[in-house]
Amino acid sequence: MIVSKEYMESIITQNKRIDGRKFEEYRKIEVEYGISSRSAEGSARVKIGDTEVLAGIKMELGTPFPDKSDEGSIMVNVELIPMASSLFESGPPSINAIELARVTDRGIRESKALDFKKFCVREGEKVWLVFIDIYPINADGNLFDACYMAALAAIKDANFPVLEEDKINYKEKGKEKLPLTKMPISCTVWMIGEKFLVDPTQEEELASDARLSIVILENGKICAMQKGGSMALRAEEIFKMIDIAEEKTKEIRRYFK
Amino acid sequence: MKYAKRNDGRKFNETRPITAEVGVIKNAVGSAKFQIGKTIAIAAVYGPNNVFPKFLQKPDRAILRCNYNMMAFSGSGDRVRPGTNRRGKEIGMVIEKAFENILDLSEFPKAAIDVFIELPQTDAGTRCAGICAASLALADAGFEMKDLVCAISCGLVGDQVVADLDYSEEDYEGGAVDIPIAMTPRTGEITLLQLDGEISKEDLKKAIEFGKEACLKIYEIQKQVLKAKYEETKQ
Amino acid sequence: MSKLVVVEKQIVVPGEILADGMDFLPGKGTFREGENIIASRLGLVNASGRVVQIVPLAGKYLPKRDDTIIGVVKDMSYSSWFVDVGYPYEGSLSMKDATAEFIERGASLSDYFAVGDVIITKVANVTKEGNIDLTMKAPGLRKLNGGRVIEITPFKIPRVVGKQGSMIGLIKDKTGCTLFVGQNGRIWIRGSSPEAEKLATDAIYLIAEKAHTSGLTERVGEFLEKNKLENQK
Repeated sequence: MIVSKEYMESIITQNKRIDGRKFEEYRKIEVEYGISSRSAEGSARVKIGDTEVLAGIKMELGTPFPDKSDEGSIMVNVELIPMASSLFESGPPSINAIELARVTDRGIRESKALDFKKFCVREGEKVWLVFIDIYPINADGNLFDACYMAALAAIKDANFPVLEEDKINYKEKGKEKLPLTKMPISCTVWMIGEKFLVDPTQEEELASDARLSIVILENGKICAMQKGGSMALRAEEIFKMIDIAEEKTKEIRRYFK
Repeated sequence: MKYAKRNDGRKFNETRPITAEVGVIKNAVGSAKFQIGKTIAIAAVYGPNNVFPKFLQKPDRAILRCNYNMMAFSGSGDRVRPGTNRRGKEIGMVIEKAFENILDLSEFPKAAIDVFIELPQTDAGTRCAGICAASLALADAGFEMKDLVCAISCGLVGDQVVADLDYSEEDYEGGAVDIPIAMTPRTGEITLLQLDGEISKEDLKKAIEFGKEACLKIYEIQKQVLKAKYEETKQ
Repeated sequence: MSKLVVVEKQIVVPGEILADGMDFLPGKGTFREGENIIASRLGLVNASGRVVQIVPLAGKYLPKRDDTIIGVVKDMSYSSWFVDVGYPYEGSLSMKDATAEFIERGASLSDYFAVGDVIITKVANVTKEGNIDLTMKAPGLRKLNGGRVIEITPFKIPRVVGKQGSMIGLIKDKTGCTLFVGQNGRIWIRGSSPEAEKLATDAIYLIAEKAHTSGLTERVGEFLEKNKLENQK
């Protein structure tokens, strides 16, 4: 669909959206676990409206950092593959892909949702590295929330691989789940003109001026934030967006019970 | 070494269960998902697009560009590092060749038709699944084609000719020969043929026959899936 | 003995044999191979007289002279605009074909059409290499303000218009929207509210999805009635 920014803004000032939704309404959300269960340690598919993302987890043994000798880690990668949109090109990750990956990483890492100490195999020598690879396969807006949800769902689906004398035995499926102790949920709030909305379509994203991704834990604490877009935000606006995120993350959390 | 019974109990000329679906990627002009056993391929077609740099354009027809990629978590063992690799590039190229004379590219001079194939999970037979998915996606997009293209991997496991090798068979300790074949079902002409291993001419003949048989079955599924999108909604 | 191997309106895929024998002639979307006529694209069989052809169910726009289409201005040079028409290469609209008005030397081109503008325009000429010349010099051609442009496959546009405009008239009537249909598969919709525009959009997507079925006008009428807007109830 082609819509001019001016027209989009004129509709928004009437408190309406181009697809008839309310400002605080998400499109239909679908979460499916274990989509690549033969090959991945954990995997999931998340759909928000027409935006669809696949995520998978592969674990490798590595050496820990010297200052964190008993901790493993995560590495998040987002590939904006050209299959998902005519706006994406082949090649090394663009800055958009990098931002998506780092924001997803921040939400999971800083919330301490995964106990990295449980990834220790032998202190100072061997730890688990959890690679989370995220692939949007159809992009129609709100990749921030979709990628984050897919990563979280893949973690929830994941089991440790079977280790035999420091080597992974891929012929067997591990039974021990990853130590996911918290459920941090992300909600990105966008601004078009003076109004706030969530879950934008591709056209709405193109017409927007600023966004704020907020990751919130069950106890209501905020564990990660990222502002995007070139328009400056006032403090009241930021707190209004946080209020919206608080409400929406409660709803989204239900998909991860 | 004698391979008397297949690991999953199939008959020697039997393929794994196949499911397919078209229209799975909304943004693409045509798309399809093709699953054979545990190998899953998704294909999306975009275009016709403009081509830059200009020297790549053909003045009287479109070019076909096929991109094949395994997702990082799709391999049978370790993680597959994202990014281009030589194997992926070669597979992309042979898949292009498999379609080049089947597609009527003269409809869109100087342009390019882009096919993207991604695999979220693999269990051998990946380039063939990719070709089957791409064939569906191109037809679904409404491009002019002489025929659909079907593909299957046949070969030798130990001393036994089989159709549709899975990963455990490719990896068989008694040795295995893997022969991906693509063909157009109406004429039986072969548009892709590769071979890895050691095989006698007689066994190769038998493998190709198994391949033809399997491709005709795949063709029936492809036809049904393309029509189903319209037929189930027909009054 | 020549014979048709399929029936009228049957859905066929590329490569399927449609007819056997030299009495039949290959029309659009088919080709001859030996004695057979073969489908070359996904679509419905249409056999009128001796010509066997395929009505496509999908496909991209191929520009023809005199097509009235909806384009989006993408770029401009000092004397022409480059317009996206849904084809790999942009159409070109030169200053002399842009308007019947006299354009002064040194005038700013973007006063007439700026990047991002949506226009109804006509294909003046298409060369063999795919170069497209556009013109705005004909009745009804103009810039379109506001609204949204949706896109379906151009082969379904006749269904959206309907016999003597009956289908498009039905949509305009029930939604109150203004619509312009381009032969390149693009449709411009502008209504008094986004809900009205969404209703028209959904009705058009419904038509595109079921274009090959019969009883479509009734079906669309029912859909529009069922989803009538509040102020029309």
